[in-house]
Amino acid sequence: MSLASLDLPAPREGVLRRLSDALLRHRQLIVLLLLAPPLIWLGLVYLGSLFVFLGQAIFSIDEFSGTIVREPTTATLLELFRPANFDILMRTVGIATAVTLLCALIAFPIAYYAARYAGPRAKAAFYLAVMMPLWSSYLVKVYGWKLLLAKEGAISWFAGRLGLDGALNAWLALPLVGGPSLSVSYTGMVLTFTYLWLPFMILPVQSALERVPSSLIEAAGDLGAGPGYTFRSVILPLAMPGVVAGAVFTFSLTLGDYIVPQIIGTSALVLGQAVYTLQGTAGNIPLAAAFSLVPILVMALFLTLAKRTGAFDAM
Amino acid sequence: MHAFTASTAIPAVRFAGVARHFGAVRAVDGVDLSIAPGEFFAMLGPSGSGKTTCLRLIAGFEQPDAGHIEIFGETVEGLPPYRRPVNTVFQDYALFPHLSVGENVAYGLKVRGVARAERERLAREALALVKLAGLETRRPAQLSGGQRQRVALARALVVRPKVLLLDEPLGALDLKLREEMQVELKSLQRALGLSFVFVTHDQGEALSMADRVAVFNEGRIVQVGPPEEVYERPANRFVAAFVGAANVIESEMAVTLGAAGGLYSLRPEKIALLAAGAPVPDHAAAIEAHVVDVSYQGPVRRLAVRTSAGVALTAAVPAAHRAPASGESVRLAIPLAALMPMEGER
Repeated sequence: MSLASLDLPAPREGVLRRLSDALLRHRQLIVLLLLAPPLIWLGLVYLGSLFVFLGQAIFSIDEFSGTIVREPTTATLLELFRPANFDILMRTVGIATAVTLLCALIAFPIAYYAARYAGPRAKAAFYLAVMMPLWSSYLVKVYGWKLLLAKEGAISWFAGRLGLDGALNAWLALPLVGGPSLSVSYTGMVLTFTYLWLPFMILPVQSALERVPSSLIEAAGDLGAGPGYTFRSVILPLAMPGVVAGAVFTFSLTLGDYIVPQIIGTSALVLGQAVYTLQGTAGNIPLAAAFSLVPILVMALFLTLAKRTGAFDAM
Repeated sequence: MHAFTASTAIPAVRFAGVARHFGAVRAVDGVDLSIAPGEFFAMLGPSGSGKTTCLRLIAGFEQPDAGHIEIFGETVEGLPPYRRPVNTVFQDYALFPHLSVGENVAYGLKVRGVARAERERLAREALALVKLAGLETRRPAQLSGGQRQRVALARALVVRPKVLLLDEPLGALDLKLREEMQVELKSLQRALGLSFVFVTHDQGEALSMADRVAVFNEGRIVQVGPPEEVYERPANRFVAAFVGAANVIESEMAVTLGAAGGLYSLRPEKIALLAAGAPVPDHAAAIEAHVVDVSYQGPVRRLAVRTSAGVALTAAVPAAHRAPASGESVRLAIPLAALMPMEGER
C-alpha cells in the first residue's frame, strides 16, 4: 500500500474541539479568560484593600475619644516627621540598607559560582542549599540566631577560641552598631535579616548572571580588559537588573518585618513594630496607614534611582 | 612552494605540535601551522574538527595541553587574552548590549586609557571604515545582523591588532549579504595588510577569500595550501569529499582507465559527456554508464551515474547540453590528466 492511498479518518469532533475553534477565532476572549482570575484577585482584593487602608492616612484620630475623624487632613502625615517617629523611619531604612548591601556582597560570589562554574550536579546541590533554609519555620530560624548571637552563644564562644573576643568586644563597644551582646544589637539584627533574606538575593542575581553570554566576557578580555575591568564594565552592569530585583526583596522584606526586631535587637522600635502597635493596642489606624506609606515611597524612590543610574539598561 | 610558506620572515602565528583535549575528546590533536604576516588564512572543516579550538588557542581563550604557540615570534602559552596582540570577531558578534555602538567600538580604546575625544574620533573612523558612519548612538539591539557584524569588525580593528581572528563571522547572514561581506572583508584585509585567520565550515567561502586554506578533520590539519591546490589536488579521501565533493577513484578502476594503480580524486566537472559515435578525445578514457539521477543547478547539470562495473560517479556537465534522462545509457570521457593522486587512507 502506498502512502498516497492511505485513507486516515479525521480526528473526532467534540465539544472541546469546537470550543478551541471559537477561542481561536476570538483571541481577546482567551486573554480575558486567562487574566480575569488574577486581575480580580490582585486588582480588587489586594490592591483595593491596600488603597482603602492607605487612604486612612489622610484622616486623623481624636485625641480624647480615640475615634477616627473622617475629615481630610495632612496632620497625620506630618506626624511622621516628629522626632520620635522620624527616628523610627531612619532606623528602619538604615537597617534595610545595611541588610541589602550585605546580602548583595555575600550573594554575588555564590551566584557567580553557580551561574558560571557549577556543573549540573553542583548546580542542583546549589539550588537545594539555597532553598533549604526556606523550608524551615521562620520563627525557629530567628530563635536559632538568638542563641547563636547570645553572650554565651556559639559566635562569642567561637570568637573566644580564635582569640578574637577582644575584637568582638571592641565591635560591641562601638556606638550604634554595638550593645551589651550581639543578640541585643543592630549588628545581630542585620546578621539575622541577612541570613533570612539571602536566598531572595542569590536567586535573581544568579539568573541574571546566567543570562550573560560567556562570549561577552571573552570579548572584553579580547579587547584588552583584565578581570577587574571586565567585572566592572561588563559583568556587573549586566547583572545589575538581578541585583536590583534581589534588593527589592531584601529591602522591602526588612522594611516590613516586625518579628526579628522583637526577638533580636534593641528596645528601639522599627517601622513594622510601629505599624503593629499603632493598629493594635494604640488603635491609631490613620498613623499606621501613614507609616505603611513609607516603604512604598522608599521602594518607588529606590527603583527610580536604579533606573536613573542605568541599572535596567541591559534588560 | 607558495610565496607565503617560503617566506623567511617571522610568522604571524606559529603552532608546533599543539594539542588541546577536553576530557577524552582530542579537540586539537597535534597541529603544526605557520601563518604569514598579511596572509588571509582560512581554517576549514566540519563542526567538531578542531578549527574553532585552534582559533581560541590563538586568542588565548583556551590554553594548549601540549605544544607551543607563538605570535610574531613571542611565546604566548599561559598569556591571558588581554595580553595578546590579537582580536576576535565572534560568531555571535558578542556586542555589549548595555553600551551604544560607539561605546562598543571604543571599548578597547577605553581599556587602553585613550582620552575621550580621541577615542570617539577613532571609533567614528572605524565605523566609517565598515560603512556604518552615523550609527554611534544606536544600541546593538537596534541594528540588523549585518550591521552588528560590521560593528564587531570595527571594534576589533580599532585597537590595531597584529592578527585578526574571525570565528564563522558570516554564518548568520543571508546569502546576498554574505557574498557582499566576503568581497568587503577581502578588500579590507588587503588594504590593512593584516593577517586574518578565518574559521568556516563553508568551503566556497574559504576558497574564494583565503590566500591559503587549512582543512581540518578530527583535530588535525589534513591539508594546507592555496585554494586552487586544495580544490584541484585534494590530499586524501576526506578533503576530496569535503571540499567540492570530488569523485574518489579506487586503484582497481584507475587501472582499467589506463592509469597507474593508486587512489585518485576526480572533479565532477572534468568528466565530459560523449555524443553517440563521437571519437574518444586524446589522453582520455571512455566508460559506459547509466544515469541514476539528474539535477539541474543553473550553469551545470549534476549527473549521478553508475558505471558498468558498478562504480557510482558524479559528473557536472554544462547545462546547455541536452539532458540525458534517468535510466539512459551514456558514454563518459575521463581525461587521464584529471586523475589526481591522493594519499592512501585516513
